Amino acid sequence: MQLFSCPFCGPRDETEFTFGGEAGKIRPEPAPEVSAEDWSKYLHRVGNPRGATSEIWVHQTCGEYFLMERDTVSHVVSTTNALRKS
Amino acid sequence: MTSHRIGSLANETLHFTFDGTRYDGRPGDTIASALLANGVRVVGRSFKYHRPRGIMGYSVEEPNALVDVTLNGVTTPNLRATTEALVDGMVVRAVNASPTAAGDRKGFLDRFAALLPAGFYYKTFIWPDWHRFEPSIRAMAGLGRLDPTNEPPAQNPQIAAHCDVLVIGGGPAGLHAATQAASEGRSVMLVDDQQTIGGSLLFRHAEIDGKQGGEWASAVAAELTAQGHRVLANTTAYGVYDHNLVALWQRRLGQPDAQWRVRARRIVLAAGAIERPLLFPDNDRPGIMLADAALSYLAQHKVLVGRRIVLATNNGRAYPVAEALRAAGADVTIADLRQQAHDGAIAGARIEAVHGSNGVEAVTVSGQRLAADCLLMSGGLTPSVHLYCQAGGKLAYDETIAAFVPREDLPGMRVVGAASGHYSLAEILGGDGPIHPYAIAPAWPEAGVQGRQWVDFQNDVTVKDIALAERENFRAVEHLKRYTTLGMATDQGKTSNMNGLATMAALTGRTIPQTGTTTYRPPFVPVPFGVVAGRRRGEFFNPVRRLVLENEHREAGATFREYGGWLRPAWFGGANGAANIRREAIAARTAVAILDGSPLGKIEVIGPDAGALVDYNSYNTLSTLKPGRIRYGFMLTESGVIYDDGVTTKIADDHYVVSCSSGHVAGVVARLEEWRQDRFDPARVFVHNSTPQWATLTASGPRARKLVSSLSLGVDLDDAVLPHMAFADGQFDGAMARVSRVSFTGDRSYEIAVPSSKAANLLAAMREAGKELDAVLMGSEALLLLRAEKGYLIAGKDTDGTTMPHDLGITGPMNKRQNEYVGRRSLFTDNAQRADRQQLVGLTVEGQTMLPVGTHGVETVNNTRRSIGFVTSSYESPTLNRPIALGLIERGMERKGEMIDLVHLGQVFRAEITDPCAFDPEGARLNA
Repeated sequence: MQLFSCPFCGPRDETEFTFGGEAGKIRPEPAPEVSAEDWSKYLHRVGNPRGATSEIWVHQTCGEYFLMERDTVSHVVSTTNALRKS
Repeated sequence: MTSHRIGSLANETLHFTFDGTRYDGRPGDTIASALLANGVRVVGRSFKYHRPRGIMGYSVEEPNALVDVTLNGVTTPNLRATTEALVDGMVVRAVNASPTAAGDRKGFLDRFAALLPAGFYYKTFIWPDWHRFEPSIRAMAGLGRLDPTNEPPAQNPQIAAHCDVLVIGGGPAGLHAATQAASEGRSVMLVDDQQTIGGSLLFRHAEIDGKQGGEWASAVAAELTAQGHRVLANTTAYGVYDHNLVALWQRRLGQPDAQWRVRARRIVLAAGAIERPLLFPDNDRPGIMLADAALSYLAQHKVLVGRRIVLATNNGRAYPVAEALRAAGADVTIADLRQQAHDGAIAGARIEAVHGSNGVEAVTVSGQRLAADCLLMSGGLTPSVHLYCQAGGKLAYDETIAAFVPREDLPGMRVVGAASGHYSLAEILGGDGPIHPYAIAPAWPEAGVQGRQWVDFQNDVTVKDIALAERENFRAVEHLKRYTTLGMATDQGKTSNMNGLATMAALTGRTIPQTGTTTYRPPFVPVPFGVVAGRRRGEFFNPVRRLVLENEHREAGATFREYGGWLRPAWFGGANGAANIRREAIAARTAVAILDGSPLGKIEVIGPDAGALVDYNSYNTLSTLKPGRIRYGFMLTESGVIYDDGVTTKIADDHYVVSCSSGHVAGVVARLEEWRQDRFDPARVFVHNSTPQWATLTASGPRARKLVSSLSLGVDLDDAVLPHMAFADGQFDGAMARVSRVSFTGDRSYEIAVPSSKAANLLAAMREAGKELDAVLMGSEALLLLRAEKGYLIAGKDTDGTTMPHDLGITGPMNKRQNEYVGRRSLFTDNAQRADRQQLVGLTVEGQTMLPVGTHGVETVNNTRRSIGFVTSSYESPTLNRPIALGLIERGMERKGEMIDLVHLGQVFRAEITDPCAFDPEGARLNA
């Protein structure tokens, strides 16, 4: 079981977290101007990189979404950052 | 009598039986040491050939001595006699032997061994079908017997712990590392799988700090404990997982075993090493043992394993063993396989034959027959690197000690002592080296050996089997393992893997590092499932959520079932479900029914941007509601599929309550929260799940208004003020009451939500008021029936992972809404716009037979039958006196009035496609 560090609560067991998606994905809109290809990319294409990755996770027990930089091979978590500006 | 006890460490006597014979043991004994003390030689039969087998090891490495143990009426199968502490009254039975290990009926199988090589089953039982043979083969091969009546209670605690340094192994290296870490101010946890801390110090002579080794070990352990560190004996670290999480299995005498999950900043692996057997013909005979095991039984249990002992060795560690055994009165001959021997040992020895099939009687060493009752093997040490490899460590082969050792320490793990290939105390603690240096001369098997030489004792894998695998091109170690089952038994090859891969290396002409090892995976030893599961079993496996009013409902005669994770009344009035559901449904249509709807979601969305958030999350626009009004709608996934349906109440411009299905509350809260943080200003809108704070009781039926009016809620119930889909704040019993006109039955309904603490009073008041109105308590089953009569859907039951709102005929928002909402773009894809989509319809079957849920609608094209959809809900309607059903059928909405064929498990039906609503299509009853 991995150890993730919530920017608000500190290091907690992986079971307290849920994956939110790959970071940096922009929702294409408004719908009438979005091509089927772009929408399909948004829905289904994920990079799933081997190595360094940047992801959005949510800490279920405090409810906050945050950014996590980690390595999919070594499982080393390099940083976690709050999405909040203040 | 060969092995025997030569002294006593305790006066008390423990009684036990083995294969029906009574024996005595002593406190501190393992089952194995007690059997040896009583001179029992044959303790089991081998897995495949049913060869008689004796005790070979003293700990987790033991391949032969597996037993079923019955204690206090509970039988536990396949325990290792060498690790199981003896308890008074144990009934011990050998596994894979009948009637006893010594007189096994299937012993004859060994004579057919030539016919049963590796791969025999794969090659033989192919035609006509493996499954024809499987049951009898499984019954014949096999280990202990499971007692099907044994369902141990879920009482194994799970303990989470943290420490700076976790030391695995309480031998000299582990104790030294623990002391060092403690002196640096770290919090330390030290675990060891034996009953006493000390590791090899408990049987190998040593003097440390002027103390005898064992005394030094207990002093260090006591000192660590006194300093507030944790020292756990009888505790096995069986797995290392991500980020230094270590799983421990703790045996506790007189208490249920515990599982620890320890998160350590650093791990020190001091797991020691396991002695290897030597390879020679018939090296599996009872009476052949590992040298370390003999020393352990002598030092720890005062049991001498034989009187005339031949000790075969290829290294210097065996010499002190011989000295100790001689001092205890045994006659010991050392057969040293190396050319250089010490102390009158036979140098350059070869073990050519072992005589005696049920126990060693003599050994032929280099052409000379020596009478013997015990043959000890010391083939060198294999470091226990299992946990290091589980953590991702890579091994390097060290020629000087003929063993794989850790290549380098890991960021969170250091390997010390024998586990890292440092076998002598001097290497760990400093000081003089041993009198007899290790100086191993590898004694790996050679190609073309004569006789059967066992590599894997537990799974009956011989050198010949490995040679066969080599000839048939199963040369990679992972293939070798799976083809021959080498190392796949419950001992996981602790004594056999190294010899096995060395054999393959010799046969293929590769080096040992070129051949490599198989992958190490948890667990290190077999761990009882109950320990891993802990308390998460039975009703704790997936605990149901319980209503505040559960006791009141029980008293009123409710039968409970689980709905979406909640334990709810299915019906009231006793065992006859069908009759009671019918009775409740009729009363709800003719009088009034009271229903506990507390699990329905109540998610408060509050703040200036609340309207924008609920709109974005919903297919239907909600912010256009007037305060105090309610709207039904859907929530979609980004794929446009219906995720949930429900009603949303606008309490004020900045306050909405989203009432989703009971089973979707957590999911809907999560979606709202995700969009809130991702898309909105989280300072301007909040999401709060208040579902558990409220209890909701619903009155539904023609007399509902009469019932509610006598509750004095302080709410004007006039339909002009509180029409269908309106909301009002009231008071009940001095607390807030929320009254909503929403209906899931199609009849006039009032949902009254009060704080949970007032639920019992509200129920009592409603039952009292209902007396003269012929009110009934209604369970979920009748509600499900009533809503189906109306064609009201249940998301996930009457919709599936493809259903979009327009498949239900609800197209207003997608055609009219101009702003963004979740799933919007997906409603306009080619797939979403297909003409042949499955759409929700009613199905009226011919005759009085109910359509089973799951029945497929079918059509036949070119003599081929294909499914055009399926039945999602089906009930016998007491209101209409006929069966009703809902289904998802291709192009269903434009085919109303058409008859279709349906098939279920060979049964054929015909039904008419109708509107989903079978009762009161105008909705007049909502206001009746």
